[in-house]
Amino acid sequence: MRSDRKMENARWVACIARIRADADEGAFAELYAHFAPRVKGFLMKSGADTTLAEECAQDVMATLWQKSHLFDPARASAATWIFTIARNRRIDALRKSRRPDPEDITWGPAVPPDQADLLALQQESAALTKAIGALPAKQKALIEAAYYADLSHSEIAKETGLPLGTIKSRIRLALERLRQAMN
Amino acid sequence: MTPEIRHHLTDALLMAYAAGSLPEAFSLTVAAHISMCDECRARLGAYDAIGGALIEDGGAADMPGGSFAACLARARATPMVATSNPAPPGVNGVLPGPIRDYVGGDLDAVRWRPVGMGVRQAILRTDKRATARLLHIPAGTSIPDHGHHGTELTLVLQGAFLDATDRFGLGDIEVANEDLDHTPVADIGVDCICLTASDAPLRFHKLGYRIAQRFLRI
Repeated sequence: MRSDRKMENARWVACIARIRADADEGAFAELYAHFAPRVKGFLMKSGADTTLAEECAQDVMATLWQKSHLFDPARASAATWIFTIARNRRIDALRKSRRPDPEDITWGPAVPPDQADLLALQQESAALTKAIGALPAKQKALIEAAYYADLSHSEIAKETGLPLGTIKSRIRLALERLRQAMN
Repeated sequence: MTPEIRHHLTDALLMAYAAGSLPEAFSLTVAAHISMCDECRARLGAYDAIGGALIEDGGAADMPGGSFAACLARARATPMVATSNPAPPGVNGVLPGPIRDYVGGDLDAVRWRPVGMGVRQAILRTDKRATARLLHIPAGTSIPDHGHHGTELTLVLQGAFLDATDRFGLGDIEVANEDLDHTPVADIGVDCICLTASDAPLRFHKLGYRIAQRFLRI
């Protein structure tokens, strides 16, 4: 499972490289088949209706095509990069707000990424996905609520009826577990 | 610009910034801190990666037939973005890039308004869920004793301030909530410039300030 995931990220990284180098439509189709439905699912859990989620998922994938030069595989997995594009699209479309980026965060690699860095990142991404999958259900649900529904802690408290302190400590425990799993 | 930073972002703020759920004024303050702090930048990478892992393992919803062709047509309609050009560093940069974007320049472009006792402020335009403001506090001056209804972030961009909890220098961020009543004082030596973000009005403890508050939008 873990090695599958590593290989999978290597496959997506290669697809993005083919788009960048040759505007390769076949590579784009592979990425689209895998990620567009996931981005749509992500946006629907965030409160978008079907039409808006499909529209935005297409925007996200079109952005991936156009910004393929800016993807740095030593900094993030393909899924993480796509998550950041989908998140920004959601803030724009659903929240009608802006999320300023830090200075000098450019996805553009100044130098070709080091193979060892690349491999380390793939391993860490795979380990993180596995660790999230292994979280107790109650903790995982709160992490998902924070990312998918983009609810604040007090909004989660309102929705679930859980005390704010419980939510905070469960999220803290979840992060602690993830940290341990990654060490 | 990597000053020696002692006060960092909380896990909760980093996670909310990665998830994209913060009011714009808070996102701006977090982005400005990360622009100055490599440690928090690295920590943010881990929170973005949680988002990536969730999208990878989360539920997929089928796209309708023909959507790929439509998407490809859309992708091809605009030219690809060329290799990134990092924003040019600020000239005599006091303000980190994200704040410069809101001000429309560096410190000399800020439109300050006096709020009394030599303190000046400039409110930056963000979404209505919270307020972002730059504060210019003359060296040695104190901000009136106040508490907070919600959360207030204060990021030091120049100089330093002290309150009962600690000293906050260049790049440090203070996260204050309902539990903290404080009287921040700008350190002597150099005027203190901060970016603050708050999701509720401050509570000043003297009536006079409260009236001023209504007019000055502190």
